[in-house]
This record gives sequence, structure tokens and C-alpha cells, in this order.
Amino acid sequence: MSRIKQDHSRFRQIVHGKIRKNLRQFISRGEMIGKQGNDRVKIPLPQIELPRFKFNSKDQGGVGQGEGQPGDSLGSGDQQPGQGEAGEGEGDKGLEVDVTLDELAEILGEELELPHIEPKGAKQVVTEKDRYSGIRTVGPNSLRHFRRTYKNALKRSITMGTFDARAPVVIPIRDDMRYRSWKTESSPHSNAVVIYMMDVSGSMGEEQKQIVRIESFWINTWLKSQYRGISTRYIIHDATAKEVDEHTFFHTRESGGTKISSAYEVALRMLTEEYPSSDWNIYPFHFSDGDNWSLDDTSRSIKLLSEHLIPMSNQFSYGQVKSPYGSGQFIKDLRRSFPLDSADCTLVCSEIDNRDAIMGSIKTFLKAGR
Amino acid sequence: MSKHLKIHSLPPDLWSWRKKIEAVAIEEGLDFFETVFEIIPYDKMNEIAAYGGFPTRYPHWRFGMAYEQMAKSYAYGLSKIYELVINTDPTYAFLLEGNEVVDQKLVMAHVFGHGDFFKNNYWFSQTNRKMLDQMANHASRVRRYVELYGQSVVEEFIDVCLTLENLIDVHSPYIPQKREVKGRKVDLPEEMMGDDAAVPRMRAKEYMEEYINPSDYIEAQKRKQAEEKQKRARFPAQPERDVLAFLLHNAPLTRWQRNVLGVIRDEAYYFAPQGMTKIMNEGWASYWHARIMTQRGILDDSEIIDFADRHSGTMVMHQGRLNPYKLGLELFRDIERRWDRGQFGKAYHECEDMAARAAWDTKAMKGREKIFEVRRSHNDITFLDEFLTPEFCAEQKLFTFAHHPRANEWQIASREFAEIKKKLLAQLTNMGQPIIEVEDGDYEQRSELLLVHRHAGVDLQDDYAYATLKNLFSLWKRPVHLATKKKSKDLLISFDGKQIHLK
Repeated sequence: MSRIKQDHSRFRQIVHGKIRKNLRQFISRGEMIGKQGNDRVKIPLPQIELPRFKFNSKDQGGVGQGEGQPGDSLGSGDQQPGQGEAGEGEGDKGLEVDVTLDELAEILGEELELPHIEPKGAKQVVTEKDRYSGIRTVGPNSLRHFRRTYKNALKRSITMGTFDARAPVVIPIRDDMRYRSWKTESSPHSNAVVIYMMDVSGSMGEEQKQIVRIESFWINTWLKSQYRGISTRYIIHDATAKEVDEHTFFHTRESGGTKISSAYEVALRMLTEEYPSSDWNIYPFHFSDGDNWSLDDTSRSIKLLSEHLIPMSNQFSYGQVKSPYGSGQFIKDLRRSFPLDSADCTLVCSEIDNRDAIMGSIKTFLKAGR
Repeated sequence: MSKHLKIHSLPPDLWSWRKKIEAVAIEEGLDFFETVFEIIPYDKMNEIAAYGGFPTRYPHWRFGMAYEQMAKSYAYGLSKIYELVINTDPTYAFLLEGNEVVDQKLVMAHVFGHGDFFKNNYWFSQTNRKMLDQMANHASRVRRYVELYGQSVVEEFIDVCLTLENLIDVHSPYIPQKREVKGRKVDLPEEMMGDDAAVPRMRAKEYMEEYINPSDYIEAQKRKQAEEKQKRARFPAQPERDVLAFLLHNAPLTRWQRNVLGVIRDEAYYFAPQGMTKIMNEGWASYWHARIMTQRGILDDSEIIDFADRHSGTMVMHQGRLNPYKLGLELFRDIERRWDRGQFGKAYHECEDMAARAAWDTKAMKGREKIFEVRRSHNDITFLDEFLTPEFCAEQKLFTFAHHPRANEWQIASREFAEIKKKLLAQLTNMGQPIIEVEDGDYEQRSELLLVHRHAGVDLQDDYAYATLKNLFSLWKRPVHLATKKKSKDLLISFDGKQIHLK
């Protein structure tokens, strides 16, 4: 390993450690959400910078070059305009580091001591891949193995005595030709679907939704690291339920009442139509503040859960976010109806009182490794 | 043998360009060490740049961090390092593989400019030109400590040292035997030597004693002596700007720690002259690449557009950013022009007729001679102090900017020459680092350490100062204090091992 690779991997290790150490804080502040690219996030990590005695840049000011009148703005914010000079590699900025979602999942897994998930029913889904792994005597010219071919030709001409070391000319004939060959390998492949359901009735406020958002970001990060292909669906509900996209999911606010069963029905329809449980690992998550309109609907919801949703799913997770308006009743009803403490029970409930509770709640949901 | 091979690692066409450019540079009067060019791919370039030019440096994660940032910014097409030159003898310079020939020619011309500056500028006169070897020695020492004491232990210690890295006395290498210890002058008669309470008296007859040596005078003398004695007991005797050296000698460190601190200090001193001459050095190299390329037939007609594009890319000025390449180049050209036209000396400076000043031309033609003289003896501060003129500031559109707290934005503050010059010089003083000295290594007679920030109008950044003090404590192992000012009021920041106190 080259020197810079060593120093670089040491740097990544330190980043890893710092994130892990401050994970609770990162999670509760929700810092990385919104700084998310396709497969990586930017994390502000000023802790990694080496401090030194230096001037307060706001107090210092500086000299610049260009047009403008005294009083003209050069830009706002904490950072000096044009800090760091041309041709200079370093600039002391508020440090941000890039971390891939896989790395983040690894850190989360380490810190929360999460077990890896044992996918179920996965063997049916098989992907096929071709790999060049051998040599054969027939094949298309595009796969000709030049070196092997000439080696054979050389061997043949030596054994036949036609090879002249002073004028080394080797001409391959048909029998000398060698071609690459491939093998088709099939590997089992498992798919997962995550369904997020959220109560968007009037009693769920901005903060409650933010909590759900943060929690779902981390759950997604973890599940993505466990499955190669993962699809995510979103359902919102008040008295009625509908499927929405991610943005709408986190930004809708309705004022109606709450019928939990409506969401469960939509989810059930979605699952039976699109995700047969024999092929898919199914993870429904439902977040609400625990309010439900009527006892009737509660018993209807419980019935849907026990007869359909729970048996289909790897695990059904219910997170109850504390809100000043909600009664928090639903979780009590669930506790009464299901043996939540038993190890076989694939319904997992968690109460999330505030942002600090998110980390614990994530652990509750994911610790079974289902 | 290997050295020989390296010299010829350039492909033939570049090799012949290198020869041609070198010949032109020598003809123009540049004087440099033997220069070895190597062509390297971008990842190698990033790697060497991350190590500050020395691929043999000691292992530390911050080089990895720098590498990641450079690699990323290269990958996104944000920046590309064209050139890297190391101040050693022979001088090593790296060219980026895959660049166009015109780029490589420009870089070579630029590198010879740097080489001349490294060799001839006074501020580089004390640098170790065999630094490659020394860095390699440092590295193997650090590696050995890592093996002996474990990576995290050594690494944490290096981190601590690095936070204090800027506390050196950049001028000390140029002062021969800075601290000559002189014996105290004693003018006591011999029989009274060793008697601390004794005061030298004039010889007088007994009845004249009170008049010749009045008792209040004797008392005053005694007091003065006592004060002096206390001063003598001070430690360090004079405030010590080289904080690292003071710690090296006086902090309770183990031997390997002392060695590591010494490594950090040596390297800080090695890089200091480059920090002190950034504007001049880049300006000088740019002056020469422009001249050699455009006026000495190195540039082919077909390459003019590409050359102009690269050159202006280096010279670009962003609003609010001072480009050392641009400022240095323009100032050297300004000096050359002024000395060519005789715009210096008493008569010129006393002339108040602006039109006459602008048209001033005595055909002195001393410009070339002057800039060579300037590159020999000046550093950025003296360079700007002596040659920055109001006309130049106006022409270059320089301004000062300041932070406007209410709007939370940066605004252009002034275009006054005096203001600009003052700000520039302040910015360059001590390479833009606060001046901090060891005032007392036995503060309050409790072996505590007192540092003093020589406040020159700009406050320190609080959070950084606190964190740095904590690191200092981990070396000194007794409470540490920093006397500074905040909003013009005296402030003593202390760290006692548990928490920060402000007084």
C-alpha cells in the first residue's frame, strides 16, 4: 500500500470514529438530511480540524482586488471572501467530509450493535452474470486469446522442428487458435420493500414529522446496506389514505381526523398486488401520534394487522411520536392485543418522545435482525 | 545512476524544450540549481502535493485528508495542479502527464523562475537544501515511534504539536547566535562582591558621606538592584517568540516526544520562507514565464491562444481575493518600469505635479538591474512596504474590506492608499499569524506557563484559542495562560486541566 493510501485510510478511519462518537448528536440534529446525494452524504465535521491560535477573521478584514465602491457587498456569511489563495491547496473552511451511505450504515450498525438481516424467501430471485473464466478452442474472433494462440503456435513449430531461432517467425494455424470462454453464474438475490405510513392529521406537527423524517432516513440507510435492491413506498393518511412520493410525504399537512385502518388497507392492497411475500422482504413502518377516531377503527386496524400485514411482513414496525395533541392511545391498544414481549412477535412498537429518543427507537426497530 | 535516469525521463521533444528554455533562462540572467523534471500522472501529483512536495514525509492523517480534497476537486474538474517545485538542490519539479506541450513549456519557464528565487533570495539562505533526506529521516523516526508506542499515541501527540506549529520565530534563523549570554556588568569594589545588599558608593570622607552618597539615593539604588535581581530570576529572561523551542527545552516531555516536537519544528522552519515570500516568489516566476514564453521565441504561433488562456487563468482576480501571482507579477513589472524611467529618488518623490510624475522619464533603464536586486534581498513585507505606490493601488484596483456585523456581510471598506498598505502589511506580518510569546515559564511561582499575545489590533478567535490552550496544557502538564485582548480590554484565558477560565 502506498504511503498516501495509508494516510488516507487512516483519515477515513478517524472520520469514521468521529462520526460514530457523535452519532447521537448527528441523528438528533438531523444534519445530514438534505445534504444527501445519490449514494453519499456530506457531514459537517469541524471536530476533525486541528485548532491553532489564529485571528478572528471578522475582526481582521483584508485586502482585495477588483471593481466596486466602498460599502459594496462582497458576500455575506462567516467566511471571508476569497479565503485561500489561487494555486494554494488548503483553505481553512468549516470542514465537511463525504461519507457513502454504506459507510454510514456501517457506523450505525456498529454503534447500535445491529445484527445483519437474514433475508427470507430470497432464493427464488436469481440474477445471472457472465464471467470470463476459461479457454476453449472455438469461438468468435473478438474473443481470440492472442498470447495463448501464439504460445501454442510456437510450441507446435518447435516440436515440428520448423522453428528457426535466427529468423523467429511463428504463424498460427487453425488448431493453435484459442478463445476466451465464459461461464454463467447465478446468484441468489433478495429484494426488499419498505412501506412508510404516516399520520398527517392535524395533531401531527412539524417537529413530529421531522422526527419521522430523520428516523426513516436512518432506517432506510440501514436497510439499503442489507439488501441490494430496495424499493421505498410512502403512504399518508388522515381519515383516508393515499400513496404519495417522498417529498409530499414529509411536507403534507392535513387537518382531518384519523382512521388508521385506511392506511393499512392501502398498504395491504399494494403488497398483495405488487409484492408477493414469497419473493419480497417486506418492512412496513407506521408512524402516528397514537390518535385514532374510533374504537371500531382500532379493532379493525388490529384485525388487519394480525390477519394480513404481520404474517406477510418480515417485521411490522409502529412508531408513536409524542405530540401535545395526541392521546397516545393506539400503542396501548396494540400492547393489549399482541404479545409484544415475546421473541416471536414480529410487531415492534416504539415510543419516540423527542429527537433524543430517535436513536433508541431505531435500535428497537432493527435489533431483531429480521 | 538513478539520478541520471531521472533527468532523461522526459520524452525527447520535452527534453529539447527543457534544454532550450533552460538556455534562455540562463541567458536572461537567471541562476538556479540543477533542475530535474519528472512527468507524473495526476494521482501521483495529488499525492506529492498532499505531502507538501515531499513524498517521504512522516505518516499522518492530515496528508490523507489533503489528498482526498485534492483528488475530489480534480475529479470534479474544479482544479488541477499544473506544477510542483521543491526547494532542494537539485531542484525537483513535476509536470502533469497528459498536459499539452504549451502547458509544459509554460511550467518549465515558471519553474526556472522559482529555482532562481529559491537559490538567490536572502530569506531562503538558511534553508536546508537536502530537505528530502531530512524529511525521510524524520519519517523513519516517527515510524519507529509508531512501532514502539502505538499509532494512536504518537498520532495524538503529533496532533497536539501541530496545533502549536505556527508559534515559531520566523526571523531567528537569520540572527546569528541570537541569545548571547552576557555576564552582568558589575561595578562594585572587589571587597563588596557577592554582597547582594551592597550598593556602589562614591569615595568620600566621613563627614561628606551624607552629601556625596545621600541616603535616599542609596535607598533608590537598593530598590533598583532588587528589581533587577527579580528580573534576572525571570524565566525566560526575555520573552521567547519561539514557543516550540521553549517547550522543547522546558516542557516535561519524554525523549521521543521531544524528538517528534523537534521534527514538527524543523519542518515549520523549512516552510516558513515560502510563507514569507509567497507574493514575490509567485510574482517572480510568473514574470519569467511570461517573458520567456512570449519574448524569447519559445511560444509557437499556434499556441498563443492556449498560452493566453493558461496565463490569464493564473492571473485571474476574484473580487475580494488577492492573487499573489497577479500582485507579485504586476509589482515586479511596475518596479521595472519605474526604474527604467527613473521614477525614483528625491527629485521624483518631491515632485507634486501629477502630470509631470506620470510623464517622468529620465531614460535611466535601471529596471532589470533593480528587479534582480529586489528579488535578492526582499520578502513580501519589505517588498510591499517599499514599492507599493498610490498609483499602483489605483491601477490594480486594490481595496480593503471589512466585516459589517449588522448586515453580516463583507463590504468594501476603503480605497485609500494608506489604508490598503496598512492592511496588507498587517496581513503579512508574521505570515498572517498572531505573534505569541512565552512571557513566563514560572507564572506566579507555580510552574505555570504564561503566553502573551502581542495584540496589534486584531483579536484571536475564541474557540480556536481555547482548544489550542487545552493542547498546550497537555504538553506543559501545568495550568497554562494566554494574555490577550478582546474588544480592547485585557483578557487572560487560562486552562487548568479541567476548564477554561476567563479573567
